[in-house]
Amino acid sequence: MSKPVYGIGGRFAKWLISAPPLVYLLVFFALPALIMVFAAFRFPGDYGGLLPLVETDPETGKQTVLITLDTWRDYLTFENFGRFFEDSIYIELFLKSFWYAGLTTLICLILAYPLSWLIARSHKKTRDLLVLLVILPFWSNFLIRVYAWMIILGPQSYFSQAVNGVLGVFGIEPVSLLFSEFAVIVGLVYVHLPFMVLPLYANLEKHDMSLLDAAQDLGANAWQRFWRVTWPLSLPGVWAGVALVFIPALGMFAIPDLLGGTNSMMIGNLIKQQYLDSRDWPFGSVLSIMLTLSVLLLALVAAWAGSRGKKKD
Amino acid sequence: MNKVSRWVWGSAIAVYAFLYLPLAIVVLFSFNDSNLNAEWVGFTLKWYVMLFNDEVMLEAAMNTLIIGLVTCVVATVLGTLAGFAMYKWRLRLLPVLVLTPIAIPEILMGVSLLIFFVMLNMTLGLVSITLSHIAFCIGFVAIVVRSRLQGMDESLVEAARDLGATPLMAFRKITLPLIMPGIIAGALMAFTLSIDDFVISFFTAGVGSNTLPLEIYSRVKVPMKLNPEVNAVSTLLMMLTLSLILIVSRVAPNALRAE
Repeated sequence: MSKPVYGIGGRFAKWLISAPPLVYLLVFFALPALIMVFAAFRFPGDYGGLLPLVETDPETGKQTVLITLDTWRDYLTFENFGRFFEDSIYIELFLKSFWYAGLTTLICLILAYPLSWLIARSHKKTRDLLVLLVILPFWSNFLIRVYAWMIILGPQSYFSQAVNGVLGVFGIEPVSLLFSEFAVIVGLVYVHLPFMVLPLYANLEKHDMSLLDAAQDLGANAWQRFWRVTWPLSLPGVWAGVALVFIPALGMFAIPDLLGGTNSMMIGNLIKQQYLDSRDWPFGSVLSIMLTLSVLLLALVAAWAGSRGKKKD
Repeated sequence: MNKVSRWVWGSAIAVYAFLYLPLAIVVLFSFNDSNLNAEWVGFTLKWYVMLFNDEVMLEAAMNTLIIGLVTCVVATVLGTLAGFAMYKWRLRLLPVLVLTPIAIPEILMGVSLLIFFVMLNMTLGLVSITLSHIAFCIGFVAIVVRSRLQGMDESLVEAARDLGATPLMAFRKITLPLIMPGIIAGALMAFTLSIDDFVISFFTAGVGSNTLPLEIYSRVKVPMKLNPEVNAVSTLLMMLTLSLILIVSRVAPNALRAE
């Protein structure tokens, strides 16, 4: 609905103002995404990349379109999708990534809940400071935060030595903390924790404290007050946090790349491998589409669960 | 203090320690007189001296700065327009295009832009990185600007119009000054996101060009190339982005939470 405030021929102004960002995002976001989807149906080129659809004569510079109504079968295929389902390693890798992202989300929730609750209950002045303290590390460079854990979990670090010292007391062989699944999960939790705290805090802040007083008057103990009052009311915030942690964690490639070992690869690492190392772009595109579909499905589930929680309020 | 709240306090402090200790360790070891990031040996500034004589690192820093500044200017203009349009009119396509790049895993945008630039026969480098950065920064600026507009009192604009201001004048004299904190916050966020970006730069950079996060990655990845110089550059980069974000939190306290 255009409000008459700005006058200048409603529609013209609307077009003038929204066109520049619209065109930019169509060209540099929507179009590349469509090209990627199309690439999933093409064949890989002889030297990686994609099999060209247009041929340029090296002498005359004349271009011929190779793909026609008669030849399209030589240029388009469903095979890349078949490959994804044929070999179980790809499905297994997806499941493993879901497991990593799920575990990360769960740990983030457990760490973030008490903290968010505390922030929401604290004084207005301290509250802003406490929130800022959660946000600040998130805005420092992502790679630096991962690198920090390479130092902490490195074999010669104080932390590794302490852990192995304790293990030694129990007669357990020293373990390598870095380049393991453990390191990947720690890294994922560390990087995504603020995404869980913020929506949880935003939700908990709005709770009506008198409900808890009422529950207490009616004889509910601390645990019952949490489980029967606070927790159900906080579900929309929980679901928002789950979506905000799970989705980026699922597509992560730098953390397994730097902190993980050979068997802690995630979807993102496989996608990166297909594009940059083995240069099989069609299959890389198939994997990207599968990741997008997973993300979409999860976002829908989280939105649905979140709205269901809201209706109960 | 009862038992429950003591437990909650304890766990909250533990979480803050978990958030800050790793960063503190990176900073601490940037002053450590040892090649290894393992043991505290003694105080030194040699890694900083080394850093300022490191041509490769300096060139990467320069590239990062150029990309960041261009991204900041273009994304702020486009993002402000988008935020304004999304506030003013009920649009269908624009909000989807603005918000999806923020919501999906970065790697998806990275690989699709890689195919796109290669198909256009574009040499990957500073230009392709900058074009990509602008695409994902528009959304952040748009969200901040829109939330600022939502908090604005429309009647001020109406009053200006009643007093005879042209629409453009009302925008320039009333709306723009009122949403300026939002625009500044958005611009600083775009700059910060650009200089910090790793994933999208990784796919759109090609061989020749390098940014600071890419250079840090390549050194961290190969233990032979790794020394506390990386800690020094990390410390400086952290100081830069943290001060930018502190400014944002001053200018527009709600901007950072708008996500």
